[in-house]
Amino acid sequence: MPEGKRPEENGSGISRRDFFKTSTAGAVSTALISKQGMAAPGEVTKFGPDPVKIKLIVNGKGRGLKVEPRVTLLDALRNELDVTGPKKVCDRATCGACTVLMDGKPVYACSILAIEAEGKQIVTAEGLGSPDKMHPIQKAFVENDAQQCGFCTPGFVVACQSFLEENPNPSVKDIEEGLGGNLCRCGTYKGIREAVLETAAKGGIDA
Amino acid sequence: MNRFQYASPVTKESAVELLGSGAVVLAGGTDLLSLMKADVASPDLVVNIKEIAELKGLEHSEGSGLRIGALVTIDELLQDSRVQEEYPSLIQAADGIRSAQIRSVGTVAGDLCQRPRCWYYRHGYGLLAMQNGSSMVVDGDNRYHAILGNGGPAYFVNPSSFAPSLIALGASLKVSGPNGEKEISVADFFQTPQSEAEKEYKLSDSEIVTQILVPAAGGKANATYEIREKEALDWPLAAAAVSLVMQGDQVESAKVVLGHVAPVPWNSDEAAAALKGKAVSASVADDAGKAAVQQAKALSRNKFKIQLARVAVKRAILRAAGMEV
Repeated sequence: MPEGKRPEENGSGISRRDFFKTSTAGAVSTALISKQGMAAPGEVTKFGPDPVKIKLIVNGKGRGLKVEPRVTLLDALRNELDVTGPKKVCDRATCGACTVLMDGKPVYACSILAIEAEGKQIVTAEGLGSPDKMHPIQKAFVENDAQQCGFCTPGFVVACQSFLEENPNPSVKDIEEGLGGNLCRCGTYKGIREAVLETAAKGGIDA
Repeated sequence: MNRFQYASPVTKESAVELLGSGAVVLAGGTDLLSLMKADVASPDLVVNIKEIAELKGLEHSEGSGLRIGALVTIDELLQDSRVQEEYPSLIQAADGIRSAQIRSVGTVAGDLCQRPRCWYYRHGYGLLAMQNGSSMVVDGDNRYHAILGNGGPAYFVNPSSFAPSLIALGASLKVSGPNGEKEISVADFFQTPQSEAEKEYKLSDSEIVTQILVPAAGGKANATYEIREKEALDWPLAAAAVSLVMQGDQVESAKVVLGHVAPVPWNSDEAAAALKGKAVSASVADDAGKAAVQQAKALSRNKFKIQLARVAVKRAILRAAGMEV
Protein backbone atom coordinates (compact mmCIF):
# COMPACT_ATOMS: atom_id res chain seq x y z
CA MET A 1 0.00 0.00 0.00
CA PRO A 2 1.46 3.40 -0.89
CA GLU A 3 2.41 5.36 2.14
CA GLY A 4 -0.36 7.47 3.59
CA LYS A 5 -2.88 6.48 0.95
CA ARG A 6 -5.98 4.53 1.61
CA PRO A 7 -6.45 1.69 -0.84
CA GLU A 8 -9.26 3.28 -2.79
CA GLU A 9 -7.71 6.71 -3.27
CA ASN A 10 -6.34 6.03 -6.71
CA GLY A 11 -8.85 3.46 -7.84
CA SER A 12 -6.83 0.33 -7.39
CA GLY A 13 -4.95 2.02 -4.55
CA ILE A 14 -1.74 0.27 -5.42
CA SER A 15 0.36 0.28 -8.55
CA ARG A 16 0.40 -2.96 -10.51
CA ARG A 17 4.12 -3.19 -9.89
CA ASP A 18 3.56 -2.95 -6.13
CA PHE A 19 0.75 -5.42 -6.34
CA PHE A 20 2.85 -8.06 -8.04
CA LYS A 21 5.72 -7.27 -5.73
CA THR A 22 3.63 -8.05 -2.67
CA SER A 23 1.55 -10.88 -4.02
CA THR A 24 3.66 -13.33 -5.96
CA ALA A 25 4.38 -15.88 -3.26
CA GLY A 26 2.29 -18.97 -2.76
CA ALA A 27 -0.49 -20.81 -4.51
CA VAL A 28 -3.24 -18.70 -2.99
CA SER A 29 -1.70 -15.49 -4.27
CA THR A 30 -1.21 -16.91 -7.74
CA ALA A 31 -4.87 -17.79 -7.95
CA LEU A 32 -5.80 -14.31 -6.81
CA ILE A 33 -3.53 -12.64 -9.30
CA SER A 34 -5.20 -14.44 -12.19
CA LYS A 35 -8.55 -13.36 -10.79
CA GLN A 36 -7.26 -9.84 -10.34
CA GLY A 37 -6.01 -9.86 -13.92
CA MET A 38 -9.51 -10.43 -15.20
CA ALA A 39 -11.11 -8.02 -12.77
CA ALA A 40 -13.23 -5.17 -13.94
CA PRO A 41 -11.85 -1.71 -13.25
CA GLY A 42 -12.70 -0.56 -9.76
CA GLU A 43 -12.41 -4.01 -8.20
CA VAL A 44 -11.14 -3.75 -4.68
CA THR A 45 -7.47 -4.56 -4.16
CA LYS A 46 -6.53 -7.33 -1.79
CA PHE A 47 -3.40 -6.85 0.27
CA GLY A 48 -1.16 -9.50 1.73
CA PRO A 49 -0.79 -12.08 3.04
CA ASP A 50 2.83 -11.01 2.53
CA PRO A 51 4.05 -7.85 4.22
CA VAL A 52 2.47 -4.64 3.02
CA LYS A 53 3.97 -1.16 3.26
CA ILE A 54 1.92 1.06 5.55
CA LYS A 55 2.38 4.32 7.40
CA LEU A 56 1.34 4.93 10.97
CA ILE A 57 1.21 8.32 12.66
CA VAL A 58 2.55 7.65 16.13
CA ASN A 59 2.78 10.45 18.68
CA GLY A 60 2.68 12.98 15.87
CA LYS A 61 5.35 11.38 13.68
CA GLY A 62 4.74 9.51 10.45
CA ARG A 63 6.44 6.11 10.56
CA GLY A 64 6.72 3.79 7.59
CA LEU A 65 6.78 0.04 8.11
CA LYS A 66 6.11 -3.23 6.35
CA VAL A 67 3.78 -5.69 8.03
CA GLU A 68 1.57 -8.61 7.15
CA PRO A 69 -2.14 -7.73 7.36
CA ARG A 70 -2.45 -10.07 10.36
CA VAL A 71 -0.10 -7.94 12.50
CA THR A 72 -1.92 -6.06 15.23
CA LEU A 73 -1.37 -2.39 15.94
CA LEU A 74 0.16 -3.41 19.26
CA ASP A 75 2.72 -5.76 17.68
CA ALA A 76 3.52 -3.20 15.00
CA LEU A 77 4.15 -0.50 17.62
CA ARG A 78 6.25 -2.71 19.86
CA ASN A 79 8.08 -4.96 17.43
CA GLU A 80 8.45 -2.79 14.35
CA LEU A 81 8.59 0.74 15.73
CA ASP A 82 10.05 0.08 19.17
CA VAL A 83 7.23 2.00 20.85
CA THR A 84 7.03 -0.18 23.94
CA GLY A 85 4.76 1.87 26.21
CA PRO A 86 1.70 -0.17 25.23
CA LYS A 87 2.13 -3.61 26.78
CA LYS A 88 1.06 -7.03 25.58
CA VAL A 89 -0.61 -8.85 28.44
CA CYS A 90 -3.90 -10.60 27.69
CA ASP A 91 -3.83 -9.90 23.95
CA ARG A 92 -7.63 -10.38 24.00
CA ALA A 93 -9.18 -6.93 24.57
CA THR A 94 -9.65 -7.45 28.27
CA CYS A 95 -6.82 -6.11 30.41
CA GLY A 96 -6.21 -2.66 28.92
CA ALA A 97 -2.40 -2.75 29.14
CA CYS A 98 -2.19 -2.03 25.40
CA THR A 99 -4.49 1.02 25.50
CA VAL A 100 -3.60 3.77 23.04
CA LEU A 101 -5.57 6.66 21.60
CA MET A 102 -6.64 6.30 17.98
CA ASP A 103 -7.98 9.55 16.55
CA GLY A 104 -8.51 10.68 20.14
CA LYS A 105 -10.41 7.62 21.32
CA PRO A 106 -9.10 4.91 23.63
CA VAL A 107 -8.69 1.54 21.93
CA TYR A 108 -7.11 -1.82 22.65
CA ALA A 109 -4.11 -1.85 20.29
CA CYS A 110 -4.04 -5.66 20.56
CA SER A 111 -7.40 -5.88 18.85
CA ILE A 112 -6.90 -3.51 15.92
CA LEU A 113 -4.97 -4.53 12.84
CA ALA A 114 -2.03 -2.24 12.05
CA ILE A 115 -3.26 -1.97 8.47
CA GLU A 116 -6.63 -0.66 9.72
CA ALA A 117 -4.86 2.04 11.70
CA GLU A 118 -3.12 3.50 8.67
CA GLY A 119 -3.52 7.26 8.51
CA LYS A 120 -5.01 7.46 11.99
CA GLN A 121 -3.46 9.46 14.81
CA ILE A 122 -2.02 7.06 17.39
CA VAL A 123 -1.01 8.38 20.81
CA THR A 124 0.74 6.16 23.37
CA ALA A 125 1.87 6.90 26.92
CA GLU A 126 5.15 8.16 25.42
CA GLY A 127 3.17 10.77 23.52
CA LEU A 128 1.44 12.11 26.63
CA GLY A 129 4.60 13.18 28.41
CA SER A 130 8.18 12.29 29.29
CA PRO A 131 9.99 11.92 32.62
CA ASP A 132 11.18 15.55 32.31
CA LYS A 133 7.86 16.86 31.17
CA MET A 134 5.17 14.71 32.64
CA HIS A 135 1.52 14.91 31.69
CA PRO A 136 -0.65 15.88 34.72
CA ILE A 137 -2.06 12.35 34.98
CA GLN A 138 1.43 10.82 34.82
CA LYS A 139 2.56 13.16 37.59
CA ALA A 140 -0.48 12.26 39.67
CA PHE A 141 0.28 8.53 39.21
CA VAL A 142 3.74 9.11 40.67
CA GLU A 143 2.49 11.26 43.52
CA ASN A 144 -0.34 8.93 44.48
CA ASP A 145 1.60 5.69 44.30
CA ALA A 146 -0.74 4.51 41.57
CA GLN A 147 1.54 1.74 40.37
CA GLN A 148 3.40 -1.16 41.83
CA CYS A 149 5.00 -3.34 39.14
CA GLY A 150 4.08 -0.68 36.59
CA PHE A 151 3.15 -3.01 33.76
CA CYS A 152 -0.45 -1.79 33.47
CA THR A 153 0.56 1.85 33.97
CA PRO A 154 1.14 3.05 30.38
CA GLY A 155 -2.25 1.68 29.35
CA PHE A 156 -3.90 3.08 32.45
CA VAL A 157 -2.54 6.61 32.03
CA VAL A 158 -3.77 6.70 28.43
CA ALA A 159 -7.19 5.42 29.54
CA CYS A 160 -7.23 7.98 32.39
CA GLN A 161 -6.34 10.84 30.05
CA SER A 162 -9.20 9.94 27.76
CA PHE A 163 -11.57 9.38 30.70
CA LEU A 164 -10.78 12.81 32.17
CA GLU A 165 -11.31 14.44 28.81
CA GLU A 166 -14.88 13.05 28.83
CA ASN A 167 -15.42 13.42 32.59
CA PRO A 168 -13.57 16.48 33.92
CA ASN A 169 -15.22 16.22 37.34
CA PRO A 170 -15.71 12.53 37.99
CA SER A 171 -17.10 10.85 41.09
CA VAL A 172 -15.42 7.72 42.46
CA LYS A 173 -18.23 5.68 40.90
CA ASP A 174 -17.64 7.35 37.53
CA ILE A 175 -13.97 6.41 37.78
CA GLU A 176 -14.69 2.80 38.67
CA GLU A 177 -17.14 2.43 35.80
CA GLY A 178 -15.24 4.52 33.28
CA LEU A 179 -11.94 2.73 33.78
CA GLY A 180 -13.51 -0.74 33.82
CA GLY A 181 -11.58 -1.61 30.67
CA ASN A 182 -8.21 -1.67 32.46
CA LEU A 183 -6.94 -4.13 35.03
CA CYS A 184 -4.12 -3.85 37.59
CA ARG A 185 -3.06 -7.20 38.98
CA CYS A 186 -1.10 -5.54 41.80
CA GLY A 187 -4.37 -3.95 42.90
CA THR A 188 -3.26 -0.32 42.97
CA TYR A 189 -6.80 0.84 42.22
CA LYS A 190 -6.89 3.03 45.31
CA GLY A 191 -3.89 5.01 44.09
CA ILE A 192 -5.30 5.20 40.57
CA ARG A 193 -8.64 6.55 41.85
CA GLU A 194 -6.77 9.16 43.87
CA ALA A 195 -4.56 10.09 40.93
CA VAL A 196 -7.60 10.68 38.75
CA LEU A 197 -9.42 12.67 41.45
CA GLU A 198 -6.32 14.76 42.11
CA THR A 199 -5.75 15.49 38.44
CA ALA A 200 -9.37 16.62 38.12
CA ALA A 201 -9.13 18.76 41.26
CA LYS A 202 -5.89 20.40 40.09
CA GLY A 203 -7.39 21.67 36.87
CA GLY A 204 -7.57 18.53 34.77
CA ILE A 205 -5.50 17.12 31.96
CA ASP A 206 -4.60 20.50 30.48
CA ALA A 207 -3.27 21.99 33.72
CA MET B 1 -3.18 -16.03 13.96
CA ASN B 2 -3.02 -17.42 10.43
CA ARG B 3 -2.02 -15.29 7.48
CA PHE B 4 -4.77 -13.68 5.46
CA GLN B 5 -5.43 -11.15 2.76
CA TYR B 6 -7.07 -7.85 3.55
CA ALA B 7 -9.38 -5.62 1.57
CA SER B 8 -11.17 -2.41 2.42
CA PRO B 9 -14.04 -1.75 -0.01
CA VAL B 10 -15.99 1.51 -0.01
CA THR B 11 -19.38 0.24 -1.13
CA LYS B 12 -21.51 -2.52 0.35
CA GLU B 13 -21.90 -4.06 -3.10
CA SER B 14 -18.15 -4.51 -3.46
CA ALA B 15 -17.97 -5.84 0.10
CA VAL B 16 -20.59 -8.48 -0.73
CA GLU B 17 -18.69 -9.37 -3.89
CA LEU B 18 -15.54 -10.01 -1.85
CA LEU B 19 -17.34 -12.09 0.75
CA GLY B 20 -18.10 -15.77 0.52
CA SER B 21 -16.51 -18.92 1.78
CA GLY B 22 -13.25 -18.19 3.61
CA ALA B 23 -13.91 -14.46 3.97
CA VAL B 24 -14.97 -12.60 7.10
CA VAL B 25 -16.30 -9.15 7.88
CA LEU B 26 -14.20 -6.82 10.02
CA ALA B 27 -15.99 -3.94 11.74
CA GLY B 28 -14.94 -3.17 15.33
CA GLY B 29 -12.87 -6.33 15.19
CA THR B 30 -12.65 -7.02 18.92
CA ASP B 31 -14.33 -10.40 18.71
CA LEU B 32 -12.95 -11.33 15.28
CA LEU B 33 -9.33 -10.79 16.28
CA SER B 34 -9.87 -12.76 19.44
CA LEU B 35 -11.31 -15.67 17.43
CA MET B 36 -8.47 -15.50 14.92
CA LYS B 37 -5.84 -15.51 17.67
CA ALA B 38 -7.48 -18.59 19.15
CA ASP B 39 -7.55 -20.20 15.66
CA VAL B 40 -11.29 -20.60 16.01
CA ALA B 41 -11.57 -18.42 12.91
CA SER B 42 -8.91 -18.65 10.22
CA PRO B 43 -10.15 -16.70 7.22
CA ASP B 44 -8.30 -16.34 3.91
CA LEU B 45 -9.66 -12.85 3.46
CA VAL B 46 -10.62 -10.16 5.96
CA VAL B 47 -12.99 -7.55 4.55
CA ASN B 48 -12.85 -4.30 6.47
CA ILE B 49 -16.25 -2.60 6.10
CA LYS B 50 -15.34 0.55 8.04
CA GLU B 51 -14.73 2.63 4.92
CA ILE B 52 -18.25 2.08 3.63
CA ALA B 53 -19.87 5.45 4.21
CA GLU B 54 -23.46 4.28 3.79
CA LEU B 55 -23.11 1.95 6.78
CA LYS B 56 -22.39 4.87 9.09
CA GLY B 57 -24.74 7.02 11.07
CA LEU B 58 -27.78 6.86 13.24
CA GLU B 59 -31.07 8.47 12.27
CA HIS B 60 -34.41 9.09 13.85
CA SER B 61 -37.56 9.63 11.87
CA GLU B 62 -41.08 10.16 13.14
CA GLY B 63 -42.67 7.39 11.13
CA SER B 64 -40.12 4.65 11.00
CA GLY B 65 -38.25 5.13 14.24
CA LEU B 66 -34.54 4.60 14.69
CA ARG B 67 -32.11 3.43 12.03
CA ILE B 68 -28.73 2.30 13.33
CA GLY B 69 -26.10 1.88 10.60
CA ALA B 70 -23.92 -1.21 10.87
CA LEU B 71 -20.90 0.92 11.77
CA VAL B 72 -22.53 2.85 14.62
CA THR B 73 -20.39 2.30 17.69
CA ILE B 74 -21.63 1.62 21.19
CA ASP B 75 -20.27 5.05 22.12
CA GLU B 76 -22.27 6.81 19.42
CA LEU B 77 -25.44 5.05 20.56
CA LEU B 78 -24.79 5.99 24.19
CA GLN B 79 -24.31 9.64 23.32
CA ASP B 80 -27.44 10.05 21.22
CA SER B 81 -29.90 12.16 23.19
CA ARG B 82 -33.02 10.78 21.50
CA VAL B 83 -31.93 7.21 22.12
CA GLN B 84 -31.45 8.22 25.75
CA GLU B 85 -34.99 9.58 25.84
CA GLU B 86 -36.88 6.95 23.91
CA TYR B 87 -34.92 3.76 24.31
CA PRO B 88 -33.52 3.59 27.83
CA SER B 89 -33.30 -0.18 27.45
CA LEU B 90 -30.68 0.22 24.69
CA ILE B 91 -28.74 2.72 26.80
CA GLN B 92 -28.85 0.41 29.82
CA ALA B 93 -27.62 -2.49 27.67
CA ALA B 94 -24.77 -0.34 26.30
CA ASP B 95 -23.92 0.84 29.78
CA GLY B 96 -23.23 -2.77 30.73
CA ILE B 97 -20.33 -2.90 28.27
CA ARG B 98 -17.90 -1.46 30.77
CA SER B 99 -14.91 -0.65 28.66
CA ALA B 100 -14.33 2.68 26.96
CA GLN B 101 -11.94 0.89 24.61
CA ILE B 102 -14.61 -1.50 23.37
CA ARG B 103 -17.32 1.17 23.23
CA SER B 104 -15.17 3.35 20.99
CA VAL B 105 -14.70 0.73 18.26
CA GLY B 106 -17.33 -1.93 18.99
CA THR B 107 -20.49 -1.65 16.91
CA VAL B 108 -24.08 -2.41 17.82
CA ALA B 109 -24.37 -4.72 14.80
CA GLY B 110 -21.11 -6.39 15.81
CA ASP B 111 -22.53 -7.04 19.25
CA LEU B 112 -25.28 -9.06 17.55
CA CYS B 113 -22.79 -10.94 15.37
CA GLN B 114 -20.20 -11.75 18.04
CA ARG B 115 -19.75 -15.47 18.61
CA PRO B 116 -20.64 -17.21 21.88
CA ARG B 117 -18.32 -16.99 24.87
CA CYS B 118 -18.65 -20.73 25.64
CA TRP B 119 -15.15 -21.79 26.66
CA TYR B 120 -15.39 -25.09 24.80
CA TYR B 121 -16.21 -23.20 21.62
CA ARG B 122 -13.42 -20.67 22.25
CA HIS B 123 -10.97 -23.53 22.72
CA GLY B 124 -11.77 -25.07 19.37
CA TYR B 125 -14.24 -27.81 20.32
CA GLY B 126 -17.00 -26.36 18.17
CA LEU B 127 -20.28 -24.64 18.97
CA LEU B 128 -21.82 -27.88 20.19
CA ALA B 129 -18.65 -29.21 21.86
CA MET B 130 -19.48 -32.84 21.18
CA GLN B 131 -16.86 -35.47 21.84
CA ASN B 132 -17.45 -39.18 21.27
CA GLY B 133 -21.15 -38.54 20.96
CA SER B 134 -21.60 -36.70 24.23
CA SER B 135 -21.60 -33.04 25.12
CA MET B 136 -18.50 -31.72 26.85
CA VAL B 137 -20.70 -28.99 28.32
CA VAL B 138 -23.11 -31.37 29.99
CA ASP B 139 -20.27 -33.50 31.33
CA GLY B 140 -17.98 -30.61 32.14
CA ASP B 141 -17.88 -27.12 33.59
CA ASN B 142 -21.16 -25.53 32.58
CA ARG B 143 -21.51 -22.80 35.18
CA TYR B 144 -22.04 -20.08 32.55
CA HIS B 145 -24.14 -22.14 30.17
CA ALA B 146 -27.81 -22.29 29.27
CA ILE B 147 -30.69 -22.79 31.68
CA LEU B 148 -33.41 -22.39 29.05
CA GLY B 149 -33.65 -23.94 25.61
CA ASN B 150 -30.99 -26.36 26.75
CA GLY B 151 -32.50 -29.62 25.59
CA GLY B 152 -29.40 -30.05 23.42
CA PRO B 153 -27.35 -30.29 21.38
CA ALA B 154 -26.55 -26.56 21.96
CA TYR B 155 -25.81 -25.38 25.49
CA PHE B 156 -23.93 -22.11 24.94
CA VAL B 157 -25.66 -18.82 25.70
CA ASN B 158 -26.24 -15.98 23.28
CA PRO B 159 -23.61 -13.36 24.15
CA SER B 160 -25.29 -10.23 22.77
CA SER B 161 -25.90 -7.25 25.04
CA PHE B 162 -28.35 -5.56 22.67
CA ALA B 163 -30.35 -8.49 21.29
CA PRO B 164 -32.83 -8.82 24.21
CA SER B 165 -33.59 -5.12 24.11
CA LEU B 166 -33.86 -4.98 20.31
CA ILE B 167 -36.21 -7.96 20.25
CA ALA B 168 -38.36 -6.51 23.03
CA LEU B 169 -38.58 -3.29 20.99
CA GLY B 170 -39.55 -5.23 17.84
CA ALA B 171 -36.40 -4.35 15.86
CA SER B 172 -35.32 -5.87 12.58
CA LEU B 173 -32.11 -6.08 10.56
CA LYS B 174 -31.33 -5.21 6.98
CA VAL B 175 -28.98 -7.73 5.43
CA SER B 176 -27.16 -7.36 2.11
CA GLY B 177 -26.07 -10.38 0.10
CA PRO B 178 -25.48 -11.57 -3.45
CA ASN B 179 -29.24 -11.60 -4.05
CA GLY B 180 -29.78 -8.06 -2.87
CA GLU B 181 -31.18 -6.79 0.36
CA LYS B 182 -33.57 -8.45 2.80
CA GLU B 183 -35.10 -7.62 6.13
CA ILE B 184 -35.30 -10.04 9.03
CA SER B 185 -36.58 -9.48 12.55
CA VAL B 186 -33.89 -9.64 15.23
CA ALA B 187 -35.94 -12.40 16.87
CA ASP B 188 -35.79 -14.53 13.71
CA PHE B 189 -32.13 -13.71 13.08
CA PHE B 190 -31.04 -16.00 15.90
CA GLN B 191 -31.39 -19.76 15.87
CA THR B 192 -30.34 -22.73 17.95
CA PRO B 193 -27.93 -24.76 15.81
CA GLN B 194 -28.80 -28.43 15.48
CA SER B 195 -25.45 -29.43 14.02
CA GLU B 196 -21.90 -28.06 13.75
CA ALA B 197 -22.72 -27.04 10.19
CA GLU B 198 -25.17 -24.44 11.48
CA LYS B 199 -24.38 -21.08 13.00
CA GLU B 200 -26.24 -19.45 15.88
CA TYR B 201 -27.54 -16.73 13.58
CA LYS B 202 -28.83 -16.63 10.04
CA LEU B 203 -26.16 -14.82 8.11
CA SER B 204 -24.36 -16.64 5.33
CA ASP B 205 -20.65 -16.18 4.55
CA SER B 206 -21.56 -13.75 1.78
CA GLU B 207 -23.97 -11.53 3.71
CA ILE B 208 -23.49 -8.49 5.90
CA VAL B 209 -25.81 -6.75 8.33
CA THR B 210 -26.17 -3.20 7.02
CA GLN B 211 -28.73 -1.61 9.35
CA ILE B 212 -30.71 -2.14 12.50
CA LEU B 213 -34.24 -0.76 12.36
CA VAL B 214 -35.95 -0.04 15.67
CA PRO B 215 -39.63 0.95 15.53
CA ALA B 216 -40.56 4.23 17.19
CA ALA B 217 -40.89 3.58 20.91
CA GLY B 218 -44.21 5.41 20.85
CA GLY B 219 -44.30 5.85 24.58
CA LYS B 220 -43.55 2.19 25.33
CA ALA B 221 -41.86 1.89 28.68
CA ASN B 222 -38.66 -0.08 28.19
CA ALA B 223 -35.69 -1.15 30.26
CA THR B 224 -32.83 -3.62 30.50
CA TYR B 225 -31.41 -5.08 33.68
CA GLU B 226 -28.19 -7.10 33.73
CA ILE B 227 -26.69 -9.14 36.52
CA ARG B 228 -22.96 -9.56 36.36
CA GLU B 229 -20.13 -11.03 38.35
CA LYS B 230 -18.02 -7.87 38.54
CA GLU B 231 -18.19 -4.14 37.84
CA ALA B 232 -15.45 -4.21 35.22
CA LEU B 233 -15.70 -5.51 31.68
CA ASP B 234 -17.45 -8.85 31.48
CA TRP B 235 -20.49 -10.47 29.93
CA PRO B 236 -23.57 -10.60 32.13
CA LEU B 237 -24.56 -13.82 33.88
CA ALA B 238 -28.19 -13.05 33.13
CA ALA B 239 -30.08 -10.12 31.66
CA ALA B 240 -33.62 -9.18 30.81
CA ALA B 241 -35.14 -6.53 28.57
CA VAL B 242 -38.73 -5.44 28.88
CA SER B 243 -41.02 -3.32 26.75
CA LEU B 244 -44.45 -2.38 28.11
CA VAL B 245 -47.49 -0.86 26.43
CA MET B 246 -49.40 0.78 29.25
CA GLN B 247 -53.02 1.75 29.46
CA GLY B 248 -53.35 4.02 32.44
CA ASP B 249 -51.48 2.21 35.16
CA GLN B 250 -52.15 -1.21 33.68
CA VAL B 251 -49.99 -3.23 31.34
CA GLU B 252 -51.88 -3.67 28.10
CA SER B 253 -49.18 -5.84 26.55
CA ALA B 254 -45.59 -6.72 27.33
CA LYS B 255 -42.49 -8.20 25.75
CA VAL B 256 -39.97 -9.83 28.03
CA VAL B 257 -36.72 -11.13 26.54
CA LEU B 258 -33.91 -12.72 28.53
CA GLY B 259 -30.25 -12.66 27.56
CA HIS B 260 -27.34 -14.97 28.41
CA VAL B 261 -29.62 -17.80 29.53
CA ALA B 262 -30.22 -19.75 26.31
CA PRO B 263 -28.56 -20.36 22.91
CA VAL B 264 -30.84 -17.62 21.57
CA PRO B 265 -32.16 -14.43 23.18
CA TRP B 266 -35.06 -15.97 25.11
CA ASN B 267 -38.51 -14.53 24.55
CA SER B 268 -40.74 -15.29 27.52
CA ASP B 269 -44.44 -15.33 26.67
CA GLU B 270 -45.03 -16.66 30.19
CA ALA B 271 -43.58 -13.53 31.80
CA ALA B 272 -45.49 -11.31 29.37
CA ALA B 273 -48.74 -13.10 30.22
CA ALA B 274 -48.08 -12.63 33.93
CA LEU B 275 -47.99 -8.87 33.37
CA LYS B 276 -50.98 -8.46 31.09
CA GLY B 277 -53.81 -6.44 32.59
CA LYS B 278 -51.95 -5.83 35.84
CA ALA B 279 -50.63 -2.70 37.46
CA VAL B 280 -46.89 -3.11 37.96
CA SER B 281 -45.88 -3.75 41.55
CA ALA B 282 -43.00 -5.56 43.19
CA SER B 283 -45.11 -8.68 43.61
CA VAL B 284 -46.45 -8.63 40.04
CA ALA B 285 -42.89 -8.19 38.74
CA ASP B 286 -41.76 -11.04 40.95
CA ASP B 287 -44.53 -13.28 39.58
CA ALA B 288 -43.39 -12.46 36.05
CA GLY B 289 -39.82 -13.33 37.01
CA LYS B 290 -40.97 -16.67 38.38
CA ALA B 291 -42.99 -17.32 35.23
CA ALA B 292 -39.95 -16.56 33.07
CA VAL B 293 -37.90 -19.33 34.65
CA GLN B 294 -40.69 -21.84 35.16
CA GLN B 295 -39.34 -24.00 32.33
CA ALA B 296 -35.69 -23.46 33.29
CA LYS B 297 -33.58 -26.54 33.82
CA ALA B 298 -30.19 -26.34 35.47
CA LEU B 299 -27.16 -28.19 34.18
CA SER B 300 -24.83 -29.68 36.79
CA ARG B 301 -23.21 -26.38 37.81
CA ASN B 302 -25.46 -23.48 36.85
CA LYS B 303 -28.49 -23.62 39.11
CA PHE B 304 -27.57 -20.18 40.43
CA LYS B 305 -28.39 -18.69 37.04
CA ILE B 306 -32.08 -19.56 37.42
CA GLN B 307 -32.35 -17.29 40.43
CA LEU B 308 -30.35 -14.55 38.65
CA ALA B 309 -32.59 -14.72 35.56
CA ARG B 310 -35.69 -14.50 37.74
CA VAL B 311 -34.35 -11.41 39.50
CA ALA B 312 -33.19 -9.82 36.24
CA VAL B 313 -36.73 -10.08 34.83
CA LYS B 314 -38.26 -8.68 38.00
CA ARG B 315 -35.88 -5.73 38.12
CA ALA B 316 -36.16 -4.96 34.39
CA ILE B 317 -39.94 -4.72 34.79
CA LEU B 318 -39.68 -2.45 37.82
CA ARG B 319 -37.10 -0.32 36.06
CA ALA B 320 -39.32 -0.01 32.95
CA ALA B 321 -42.20 1.07 35.16
CA GLY B 322 -40.00 3.70 36.78
CA MET B 323 -40.09 1.99 40.15
CA GLU B 324 -37.26 1.33 42.54
CA VAL B 325 -35.41 -1.90 41.78
